[in-house]
Amino acid sequence: MAYFLQQLINGVALGMVYGLIAIGYSMVYGIIGMINFAHGEIYMIGAFVSIIAFTLLGMLGISWAPLALVLVLIVAILVTSLYGWTVERIAYRPLRGSFRLAPLISAIGMSIFLQTYVQIAQGAKIKPLQPVVTGGFVFTDPTGFTVTISWIQILIIVLTLVLMAGFTWVITRTPLGRAQRACQQDLKMAALCGVDVDRTISTTFVIGAALAAVAGLMATLYYGVIDFFIGFLAGVKAFTAAVLGGIGSIPGAMLGGLVLGLAEAFWSGYFSIEYKDVAAFTILVVVLIFLPTGILGKPEIEKV
Amino acid sequence: MAVGELGPRVKDAGLAALVATALLLPILGMETVPGPDGRLTLDFHLHLVAIGALLVFAGRLALSLLLHGRALRPSGRAGAVAEFVSRHGTWFGLAGIAFALALPFLPFASRYTIDVATTIVIYVMLGWGLNIVVGLAGLLDLGYVAFYAVGAYSYALFAQWFGLGFWACLPIAGLLAATAGVLLGFPVLRLRGDYLAIVTLGFGEIIRLVLINWHEVTGGPNGIADIPRPSFFGFPFTRSPAEGETAFHELFGLEFSTLHRVIFLYYLALALALITNLFVLRIRKLPIGRAWEALREDEIACKALGINPTNTKLTAFALGAMFGGFAGSFFATRQGFISPESFTFIESAIILAIVVLGGMGSQIGVVLAAAVIVLLPEIGREFETYRMLIFGAAMVLIMIWRPRGLLAHREPTLTLAAARGGRR
Repeated sequence: MAYFLQQLINGVALGMVYGLIAIGYSMVYGIIGMINFAHGEIYMIGAFVSIIAFTLLGMLGISWAPLALVLVLIVAILVTSLYGWTVERIAYRPLRGSFRLAPLISAIGMSIFLQTYVQIAQGAKIKPLQPVVTGGFVFTDPTGFTVTISWIQILIIVLTLVLMAGFTWVITRTPLGRAQRACQQDLKMAALCGVDVDRTISTTFVIGAALAAVAGLMATLYYGVIDFFIGFLAGVKAFTAAVLGGIGSIPGAMLGGLVLGLAEAFWSGYFSIEYKDVAAFTILVVVLIFLPTGILGKPEIEKV
Repeated sequence: MAVGELGPRVKDAGLAALVATALLLPILGMETVPGPDGRLTLDFHLHLVAIGALLVFAGRLALSLLLHGRALRPSGRAGAVAEFVSRHGTWFGLAGIAFALALPFLPFASRYTIDVATTIVIYVMLGWGLNIVVGLAGLLDLGYVAFYAVGAYSYALFAQWFGLGFWACLPIAGLLAATAGVLLGFPVLRLRGDYLAIVTLGFGEIIRLVLINWHEVTGGPNGIADIPRPSFFGFPFTRSPAEGETAFHELFGLEFSTLHRVIFLYYLALALALITNLFVLRIRKLPIGRAWEALREDEIACKALGINPTNTKLTAFALGAMFGGFAGSFFATRQGFISPESFTFIESAIILAIVVLGGMGSQIGVVLAAAVIVLLPEIGREFETYRMLIFGAAMVLIMIWRPRGLLAHREPTLTLAAARGGRR
């Protein structure tokens, strides 16, 4: 029972990280109908900016954890959002209205470019981070098993819930959210009604990148090591989460992330850790075959 | 904007440089390196950031002056060149084949040139195989390397377990790869284009992870070594053949040279590639080939005309996979050693890039693109590091410049004004 509980906690924390990245995929897909293949790299850049900011703060002598965390969070969000904006501006905007696969191929190119760029600029070695937040709660059950919930896991869960609440508010209550929902329904009609479509799409990429930055920061804290290659796997898994929840749906992305995180935690807890990535990919293939619209998605009808 | 108005342009370029500074400062300007106590410290490279920002400033200014505010679009000249090459494709093709056949006997041919040429020919073959799937049928396959891996491992394993030779294994490898294509394709081919892309990517990764983790059969990360080298239809390329065998050089009464095998491998690859090409050229004219291209252009119209989209796509997928399998078994026999390292996603991306950069559906474009991509890192060692960087950037730029590839087989003859898109 205790073991089960431990895997549950690990899975929820992992799933929330996936969920945050998945929102970026889901929003972009909802509005312009493309898979932003470079989104995983945006997450990786978020993680790198975080580790660089932590190191810089350490060199400046700021070591009080809460202050350092807040500063790093702000820096990571700002820089990563700028990356998200630039990627959209350079690689996707000129291709709007082009044939269907062009933006996807451009996105793959962008993803390779960003990955190699970080590899060249920062080196190919893995980067270890000194633990910033340590400790947590330890529970012992009568049979002697212990269940640990670390401060980082609590931080991940709380921060994600706060972000989700804020994000839901933006989507449902603000003019920006209204413009986004309008674009999601019909780009051309939204433009005719006076919505600045280009600006809305840019904002969508910025928000997606900001959430990916938070995910990157939390993954850095959680795992303690990063390298330039983490974006690929995280990207594919987050995309799986987005599809699982129903692409285009934001609560769906979060739900999909949780399901995937739990599946992965239980799989590596009870079966084999080597095949945990295979499990994630298998879920993706199976979901796309049997439930192509996801859990909360709407079926897409193609009209002539 | 008139050309004379420099002020706004400079301001715009300055803004771009500012964004570039903000982007480059943390990643490029501060390198994390392990310090003496094992903690990370930072190495500052601020001059690189300054250079980057200046380059962006100059580039942006030059671009805005050159284009006068027009968007980057296919230029008439490039289009004319592409059209010229496409129209006289047969002559270019014949000239290319003649050159390829003569290559080992040309004065500059050395072991190194022939090796590089063989690599180019393998990529050309893979490009042509993938072209069936991506260029003709319009299905984006991001896991093509999986079929390449199936081909390579089936040759290696059949040769090790049953002692089968290359020529016996080649059809088996192709068949197994095609079977893998059908098994993957059957459930997923009714998915829409970009979903299909991700599923194939997932499939490619599954194959790779299985290869890494299934130690008993695949040797895990260490791969399989000592794969038998090919023989000249039963006559091995060895200095002193085993009892009762005749070596290649004895058969023809030549002086023994290790170059013989290299040249033989080159011709073998060339033959396989030309078979692929011939096959594609012919099948394109058959109803099934026409159906692929029709399906690429408009699936709904195809359904209305009574074409079964799933079966049609499945044949394209299986045939593409089969040629991937052939190329894979050739790869295995050439290297003599295979490991999961050779079958990563990047390899899929390179093959896809060859097809895309060459112009989807264009056979000659694939040859040009393969040559460029293989030769780029060979020109200088310094390109090796930057190869993937240039590669990614080239994929983005070519998509923006000519979304259908450098030598696009044909642009649609009719386009709606609205489909040109955007807010221009």
